[in-house]
Amino acid sequence: MSRPRPEPVQVIKQRRDAALQALAGGMPYIRHLGITFERRGDELTAILPYDDKLIGNPLLPALHGGVTAAFLETTAVVALAWSRLWDRIENGEIELDALTPETLPRMPKTVDFTIDYLRSGLPRDAYARARIVRSGRRFASVQVEGWQDNRDRLHASATGHFVMPRD
Amino acid sequence: MSDRTAQIARQFTQGIPHARDLGMEIRHLENGVCEIEMPYDEKLIGDARTGVIHGGAISALMDTCSGAAVMSHPSNPGGTATLDLRIDYMRAATPGQTIRARAECYHVTHSVAFVRASACDDQEDPPVATAHGAFTLERKS
Repeated sequence: MSRPRPEPVQVIKQRRDAALQALAGGMPYIRHLGITFERRGDELTAILPYDDKLIGNPLLPALHGGVTAAFLETTAVVALAWSRLWDRIENGEIELDALTPETLPRMPKTVDFTIDYLRSGLPRDAYARARIVRSGRRFASVQVEGWQDNRDRLHASATGHFVMPRD
Repeated sequence: MSDRTAQIARQFTQGIPHARDLGMEIRHLENGVCEIEMPYDEKLIGDARTGVIHGGAISALMDTCSGAAVMSHPSNPGGTATLDLRIDYMRAATPGQTIRARAECYHVTHSVAFVRASACDDQEDPPVATAHGAFTLERKS
């Protein structure tokens, strides 16, 4: 029995990146904040490039707590949607080529989200990664870590619960 | 609003770049209670297919409203920062409608302020979201 020859790496990469773009592109608020996602295999890192409009305390100055909340929540939702999408793409249930913002699976809904502010957000780029602690048929629990200069010195961490869309 | 809270309100809506960016307007600020409106805007949309505002924008609104409530507390704080904030989302906000948040700073200790908040659109019950948070309290020296 012979296995089909794997597709060229660039073709796969391009398709996966397009799927990620379609996912994040359907959320105007992500674009407004300037959040982008970097992908290593199925692992995502969210990036929030610094912008003056993100400031919440002009005296320090420090990032707005609401911006950090939005950034971490966005990271959680996209990571969750991405992990579901990834599985369905890999098992052939969803054709990547046919994927547009209109035909994407529905996004998970946030039930609750709790943010711990560990340090004030510096006027610099911020990064975040989500860990899906549990992803069941109906509910998911996700933890998110946010940092700036040092990966080990988090400026915020969060945990949230989500209802998975039924489709 | 008293002179002091009117000045705090100005500081929040004019002085905080992100509050200005999201179009927030303080409607009421007195004795640890704050009400802020945030008009519907396409840039706040979380799901392009439904037009529903992103939860993160509601979080930003609740955080700002809570911080302002702390600053207006009669104990006359010198500054505040969010320690933690928990947000519960009850329902999707109706597209096109202004979001109104109300926050109440219901207790302060020497260094911590406790706040509860809720947000709604044209329909008040049930709210779109509720929040609960702890804030640092810096005393004027």
